[in-house]
Amino acid sequence: MSSFLLSIQGAVSQGVLWGIMVLGVFITYKILDIADLTVDGSFALGGCVCAVLVVNKGVNPWVALLIATFAGAMAGMVTGFLHNVFEIPAILAGILTQIGLWSVNLRIVGKSNIPLLNVSNIFTDAVSITGLKQSQVSLITGIIIAVIIIIMMYWFFGTEIGSSLRATGDNIDMIRALGVNTKFAKMLALMVSNGLVGLSGGLVCQSQKYADIGMGTGAIVIGLAAIVIGNVLMSRFRSFSSKLISAVVGCVVYFVIRAVVLRMGMNANDMKLLSAVIVALALGVPVIANKIKSNNSYSQGGNE
Amino acid sequence: MLKIINVQKTFNKGTINEKKALCGINLQLNPGDFVTIIGGNGAGKSTTLNMIAGVYPIDAGKIVIDGNDISREPEFKRAKYIGRVFQDPMRGTAAGMEIQENMALAYRRGEKRGLRWGITKEEKVYFAEKLKILDLGLETRMTSKVGLLSGGQRQALTLLMATLKKPDLLLLDEHTAALDPKTAHNVLNLTESIIKEFQLTALMVTHNMKDAIRLGNRLIMMHEGRIIYDVAGEEKARLQVSDLLKKFEMASGGEFANDRMMLAK
Repeated sequence: MSSFLLSIQGAVSQGVLWGIMVLGVFITYKILDIADLTVDGSFALGGCVCAVLVVNKGVNPWVALLIATFAGAMAGMVTGFLHNVFEIPAILAGILTQIGLWSVNLRIVGKSNIPLLNVSNIFTDAVSITGLKQSQVSLITGIIIAVIIIIMMYWFFGTEIGSSLRATGDNIDMIRALGVNTKFAKMLALMVSNGLVGLSGGLVCQSQKYADIGMGTGAIVIGLAAIVIGNVLMSRFRSFSSKLISAVVGCVVYFVIRAVVLRMGMNANDMKLLSAVIVALALGVPVIANKIKSNNSYSQGGNE
Repeated sequence: MLKIINVQKTFNKGTINEKKALCGINLQLNPGDFVTIIGGNGAGKSTTLNMIAGVYPIDAGKIVIDGNDISREPEFKRAKYIGRVFQDPMRGTAAGMEIQENMALAYRRGEKRGLRWGITKEEKVYFAEKLKILDLGLETRMTSKVGLLSGGQRQALTLLMATLKKPDLLLLDEHTAALDPKTAHNVLNLTESIIKEFQLTALMVTHNMKDAIRLGNRLIMMHEGRIIYDVAGEEKARLQVSDLLKKFEMASGGEFANDRMMLAK
């Protein structure tokens, strides 16, 4: 296979693993209607926890992923606490947790990064069982995990509790008047969301074989970009399940675009600027288009 | 049924904007009472309803429903007893969710929500049956997003949702004020028939004196955080708008009733 195709394949499998983080962002951004900036911290937290457990403690890599998920959920709980109890606006609450987590992650790892060399992880295990190549394995594993999570999310948000979470994001006064503890609902949503983000961090760490306390930087922007891209690509599908799928697809497309522009010679450090521009354009273009449309449709009307 | 004992509320206490919203409200409702509440702006009508629903904490007093003291219960816990319809048609329904999903949420008002599926097949049939009461054709649009409905349709739906699971007390806070006259009339008729059919106990705030007289078996007039007139039965049935205006003028020290109330004549 040519090196170009290989790099695309790598980007796709990376996109799927990061896509699980996007599913987490989807919960807060699309369902709860808040931009939760905890994500940058909880993604790195998941990665760091997972790496330290596998490397230093010899924990089974699957168990390490579970613990990474739990750690992410705890980070979400802190944000939920700051938002619910101290009534700090959700965005600021997320920023506070994210900043705090940077130090926590450094404490967990003890240094700025940790390699996962000479230890088995879920991907190397799968390679030795199936005999496939590492790149194929990480793609297939990622897709299986993503599909399982999408199914679980579809189920969860269809249940009584899940419906009340969706209603909390839609009309908080209404659902409170119907007897739902909206503080608990927000807390739960933040925990599930950041749990998924932590899981994604753990998966990415195992697939790239290192964790870095800065690995989550800009994750929220990638998440938003992926959701927006997915939305544009799959705007024709309106069902809840297709929206979940579109989040992961959007993330894959994001990473493919990234791989292509990097191969075209763009400086990797400029990628964050490009991400920011993609998100800003995707959010801004529909607004501007609407304004132009309503301006153009104005007619003076009436005869003098 | 509902007992309100010496409930007081002051907003912005100790500041220049201090406002005594309720100065010792006492009210006792019997089961099946349909009470209309009138009064000028700032009289404390909506505040009374909000205090009962638990939107803000009360400063003093007691609120008891069916023997349960709910004075200090949070809003979401009081939902077990209370169905509500707000003035703003947008506030009572979730726009991004389907009609049937909204109804399923309301059907579980005050109940523990678990990991069962959010809406069952039997419920869908039951909800369609219920929607027919509204006579708006919504039963054929069960999976439409509520955001696609008009304000009047949404308010009718909210009313139905508030009573889907029989509430001990129904609170209607000027729920027709934001609707055009014809729609308001329809929603009021619907209100009357639902209250009658299910023998609900209800409190309805209104600015329209005619409606206040025509509907319900009891009428309360509020002024500056106090109940200044409480009339029921025969005496209420004989009331005229002019009587109410006189009462109101007396209470406000001979001043004219505010414009909105005059217009309602």
